[in-house]
Amino acid sequence: MLSYLIRRFLQAVLVMLIVSVVVFVILHALPGGLVRAQLGPRASTYSVDQLERTEGLLKPLPVQFGIWLLHLLEGNFGFSYKLNQPVAGLLAHYLPRTLLLVGISSVLTVAIGVPMGLWQGYRRNKPDDHALSASMLILYAMPDFLLGVILIILLSLDLPVLPSTATAFGASLPTDISVLVLPIAALTLGNVSYYSRYMRSSVIDNMLEDYVRTARAKGNSRRRVLVKHVLRNSLSSTITNLGLTLPYVFSGALIIEELFNFPGIGLLFWNASQSRDYPVLLGVVLVVTASVVVGSLLADIGYAIIDPRVRYA
Amino acid sequence: MLPPGTGVAPEPPVAQAGDLPARRLGGVLSIAWQNKLAMAGLATAIGLTLFSFAGPLLYHPNETATNLILANLPPSAGHPLGTTPEGRDELGQLMVGGQSTLEVGFAVAILGTAFGMIWGAISGYIGGIVDALLMRIVDALLAIPFLFFVVLLASITTPSLTIIVLAITAASWQSTARLVRGEVLSLRTRDYVDASRHMGARHLHVVFRHLLPNVTGTVVVTATLSMADAILIYAAVAFLGLSVPPPATSWGDLLTTGINNLFNGYWWQLWPPACAIVLIVLAVNLLGDGMHDMVENRLDHR
Repeated sequence: MLSYLIRRFLQAVLVMLIVSVVVFVILHALPGGLVRAQLGPRASTYSVDQLERTEGLLKPLPVQFGIWLLHLLEGNFGFSYKLNQPVAGLLAHYLPRTLLLVGISSVLTVAIGVPMGLWQGYRRNKPDDHALSASMLILYAMPDFLLGVILIILLSLDLPVLPSTATAFGASLPTDISVLVLPIAALTLGNVSYYSRYMRSSVIDNMLEDYVRTARAKGNSRRRVLVKHVLRNSLSSTITNLGLTLPYVFSGALIIEELFNFPGIGLLFWNASQSRDYPVLLGVVLVVTASVVVGSLLADIGYAIIDPRVRYA
Repeated sequence: MLPPGTGVAPEPPVAQAGDLPARRLGGVLSIAWQNKLAMAGLATAIGLTLFSFAGPLLYHPNETATNLILANLPPSAGHPLGTTPEGRDELGQLMVGGQSTLEVGFAVAILGTAFGMIWGAISGYIGGIVDALLMRIVDALLAIPFLFFVVLLASITTPSLTIIVLAITAASWQSTARLVRGEVLSLRTRDYVDASRHMGARHLHVVFRHLLPNVTGTVVVTATLSMADAILIYAAVAFLGLSVPPPATSWGDLLTTGINNLFNGYWWQLWPPACAIVLIVLAVNLLGDGMHDMVENRLDHR
């Protein structure tokens, strides 16, 4: 187990290394180069030269990559010339808010989606399964932002109980809670439909397996087989899914933050893309990806604990 | 696929698990006929495709000019679904928008699934270092939240339909690859695979004849879902302001316009594109579910 954990950790480091290469390449593929992007198209050749020299952009690319990576490890993500602030400070300010959004939403998603899918698989093709499947399908078919808009129409316009924007986040705890309800609901509902769908088909697949027949033949009740055997088997794939869907949850958060004006890292990213603030854009991609990598590392550890069948080649 | 018997001694009887091509098609069609929901999904998808591609042949308002006198008009006899802020006919825009939306969906589903299936099968079957390397690449690409990646690319390049298809495909094939790899990893230890190997079958034969047919179920469902997902992602990308350049449009663009006018009460700009997106995604998902049931049925009869 320990060697597996170490190997899995090294894999995560490798993944981050690949991602940082990708980000570094994008940074240097900018039309006209990073300095042009910073100084603008009308900058004189002299000032471009000057800045390239002070920024170390004349060194060979691998050396630059090494220096850049060392800076990253020291927590130096560069400097936002648009916001006139170190990028690391911006990330440290906005990332926890998005992690809060994503974290609460993921916990709620699993807590609602898994039991619902289990129930649907158990009650396969009964009226309640059909009703749940139908509503989950419609939810699944909606883009996240449409779900958010419908929630705004229902709970902010028609029945004005909740604020339609989350700009006020960070003022006080009661405000924060009221402001977070709609974004979290929008982010969660879409993903619940994914999990319950997945769980339902996983349960149905598992019910066809021999071990279920054996367990039933030994006199276990259907319900007991479901909870003792099928749930355990299906749960392992759910945990893998949790790691797999994290990037989607973060992508969803980008959309939801944009829709609700929630001041998280998605909105920071979006504004940076509008003003072409490259150090911020790349810093956000790196920390968001790092969050995903850590999240799926945890998911894989959970997978290994819960599912001893898996043979790692 | 290799022709039967190429380079192999007579087909071992154990190796026929996923090997029913002729019967399968007939069986699939008859089961499909029984599955009314899947048929309804198929009909809806065909209907929306006809609406988008054949509709403009019958209904042709001016879809290129901007006419601000006609901006934001509610539905009337001349404009059954009202007009957009540019003064274009909403119904006509829905048809034009459907074209790019469906094109993106189809293209991504086909490209992404094919690529992911091959990648995953190679990775799972060969195993070892190749598997580790291929899967780390998948991990790295999967770990970058897709929308962030697209926004990043878009702030460097100019979005076009091709760029959008490629970007969404680049973000869509990895889950198929992982799923197929997982299935292959467990299937390759099965007895019939061993038997086939010991009979002298080549690796390609084993992969295409015994492994991939057994993951078809998973893959067909994934492919269908990925078309629906691609349409959803395309809409999200449009919502973030990255889409085909005007006068081309998409359902996501139209929906975004409707959302921007939410507080003006222009409902005719919001609900038609919203319904179009939900309908097509729903239809494709129902079709996928139907296929899933067919695959299950095949397993039941095995």
